[in-house]
Amino acid sequence: MTHASTHAPDHYYVPHQSYWPIIASIGLFTLMLGGATVLNGGSNTLLLAGAALILLTMFGWFGTVVHESERGLYSDQMDRSFRWGMGWFIFSEVMFFAAFFGALFYARQYAVPWLGGETSHGVLTQSLLWPQYEAAWPTNGPGDIGGFFAPMRPWGLPALNTLILLSSGATITWAHWGLVEGQRGQWLKGLAATIVLGVLFLTLQAVEYRHAYQDLYLTLGSGIYGSTFFMLTGFHGLHVTIGAIILTVILLRGLAGHFTPQRHFAFEAAAWYWHFVDVVWLGLFIFVYWL
Amino acid sequence: MNIAAAPALNHEHDTHAGPPRGLGRWLLTTNHKDIGTLYLLFSLLMFFIGGSFALVIRAELFQPGLQIVNPYFFNQLTTLHALVMIFGAVMPAFVGLANWQIPLMIGAPDMALPRMNNWSFWILPFAFALLLSTLFLPGGGPAGGWTLYPPLALQTGQAFPFVILAIHMMGVSSIMGAINVIATILNLRAPGMTLMRMPLFVWTWLITAFLLIAVMPVLAGTVTMLLTDKFFGTSFFNAAGGGDPVMFQHIFWFFGHPEVYIMILPGFGIISTIIPTFARKPLFGYASMVYATASIAFLSFIVWGHHMFTVGMPLAGELFFMYTTMLIAVPTGVKVFNWISTMWRGSMTFETPMLFAIAFVVLFSIGGFSGLMLAIAPADFQYQDTYFVVAHFHYVLVPGAVFSIMAGVYYWLPKWTGHMINEKLGRLHFWLSVVGVNVLFFPQHFLGLAGMPRRIPDYALQFTEFNMISSIGAFLFGFSQLLFLYNVIQTIRGGEPATDQVWEGAQGLEWTLPSPVPYHTFATAPVVE
Repeated sequence: MTHASTHAPDHYYVPHQSYWPIIASIGLFTLMLGGATVLNGGSNTLLLAGAALILLTMFGWFGTVVHESERGLYSDQMDRSFRWGMGWFIFSEVMFFAAFFGALFYARQYAVPWLGGETSHGVLTQSLLWPQYEAAWPTNGPGDIGGFFAPMRPWGLPALNTLILLSSGATITWAHWGLVEGQRGQWLKGLAATIVLGVLFLTLQAVEYRHAYQDLYLTLGSGIYGSTFFMLTGFHGLHVTIGAIILTVILLRGLAGHFTPQRHFAFEAAAWYWHFVDVVWLGLFIFVYWL
Repeated sequence: MNIAAAPALNHEHDTHAGPPRGLGRWLLTTNHKDIGTLYLLFSLLMFFIGGSFALVIRAELFQPGLQIVNPYFFNQLTTLHALVMIFGAVMPAFVGLANWQIPLMIGAPDMALPRMNNWSFWILPFAFALLLSTLFLPGGGPAGGWTLYPPLALQTGQAFPFVILAIHMMGVSSIMGAINVIATILNLRAPGMTLMRMPLFVWTWLITAFLLIAVMPVLAGTVTMLLTDKFFGTSFFNAAGGGDPVMFQHIFWFFGHPEVYIMILPGFGIISTIIPTFARKPLFGYASMVYATASIAFLSFIVWGHHMFTVGMPLAGELFFMYTTMLIAVPTGVKVFNWISTMWRGSMTFETPMLFAIAFVVLFSIGGFSGLMLAIAPADFQYQDTYFVVAHFHYVLVPGAVFSIMAGVYYWLPKWTGHMINEKLGRLHFWLSVVGVNVLFFPQHFLGLAGMPRRIPDYALQFTEFNMISSIGAFLFGFSQLLFLYNVIQTIRGGEPATDQVWEGAQGLEWTLPSPVPYHTFATAPVVE
């Protein structure tokens, strides 16, 4: 894999040939082809095979990177590349959520009021299409798409979940302090507590979804309110799941004795990601549940 | 810029790590030059596939009536032509040039994240296999236009999930490619290569990469909403559920307008590199070029509504988007002024790359001016969805983006291969292309002003002459590109040896390296003084 001459400290580590990217491409292709097949009513064999290949790639590729990192192949400059890479990746995730927040704001500020006849722009829309419709939020639209539902109230489980996720932001910072100060117990305990809080959040989120479907008749199909509610909270929940898995891997690495008080960017990257998920939740709590 | 080049050439000890042999070299490579080559070859293939779609379109439009294809297939061709050219030809070509040139221009040993670089590329052939396979599905490919407007796009048959998921794959590829470019530029510059000393191509790519990371996820978000509207019962674009089909257009064009600049800013960088070389003068107004590029990028986020003037927007929206759009003319004007000022009293010569660069300045400006016409909201009500729009964006994309890519390839190919291009053939290719492209697209302005709608396979009799002229231009332009293909292949295989500097007036780090460039370069960073 490597040869000696490029590993002097002033050399940038350029990895030699790797099988993982092409396996990842084949995996992604299989996954997407399988997804399209399933959506068209076909079998899920390809989808599962693709998911398995992607999973295999993650083990293999990340494993290689961890291994190289532990061998000390990465210079400070390499570390900075990882930092830029992770930072911009999180920015791309922010923009992904921005699209869905944009849809929420547009629907609430423009689409729904126009359907209700607000402004000269909407008068004809209302009188020609749905003269009975009165704009309100939450709504499943003039067509009553999805039938009767009740909105999710913010001050029960969602508020508790806000508390849980904010606390997890504190515990991961406490863990970071422990790592930097060489307090192994503190950093592992803080990390474990963060994961427990994350899993607790996801469990309560599942309870909330059950409550929505069974008691409130609020579903993904409940018009624009159901669409924005479940797509925003659903993608957020997916990101919490990914974040929790990342933190678990970091915990296992911590238990295996990886990371030093000076060099532990993998942990920091996980923490950045966790804070990002946290901030998105705050936006969700305010704009989806509360206001 | 003075360059202490000695360390740059000090890597002979590394030559034993030359390219591996066989297919594995290309499948598994982490080398920026190999990956750049892959991107460029893939882009060339897509250019010919997308081009052949266009030629079928132009053949059908040669005369009124239906001759060659049925209307439904015609619509599939217009849709796929756009998707293939945008995501398959132009964007990968710029990423390919970035891969080759950025490390060479900033004195880096490679891209910052080489394995991810490989993955960014190898997603693309699979994504386009997914996209183009829809042509063979029952019901055929997507036919609702590349912009995928609902509710029409939601009526697509089996092709629908294929298109959406293919776009997701292209997005993943673009975002990773852009992250790699940013990390490379911000972290791997040689000592002394300060931001304001970077070649313009590097600057424009830095800003392009930012645009890509900012807007590709928005596209991913909005096509995901399409997918869930079709398959999972959401109501994002369904007015009966409180959503709005127009909302799709807003989110789509929030991606779409920066996307337009993603396809031109690196071209600005290439032109800003080539003109000083052949005018033998430093670029006029370097700093203003950087600020103009940044201004264009900023403005690109607040002009999207000009794609939707006729769709229904409050008056304040129409005015806001009209004025912000017109503002773009200011930084763009700065750029054109600077290119012309660079040539002013220069010792000009007109080799092939320079010919393409000058044609770019002139013809891109025509596209810019018709863009200003379209920016005027009340006038746009006349132009919307006519051939005038088609003429406008093809002027900025073909003699704009595509010419800049060809200029860049002709300019750097000798450095990459160690052989000079066939200059005579290059000039022939240039003249046939520049005549062809104008015969092809200029009459479309008149067709649009006379009221011919876009995206139709048949038209009223009075549009016949201009359509015939346009189609003749299309075939002239299309087949001229075979000369480009031939010239590139011949240059790779052999030719007059290139010197290290290649072009007499060329400045910059890449020209301090031997031609052809060794497989590994700048293992030790050069010092820029």
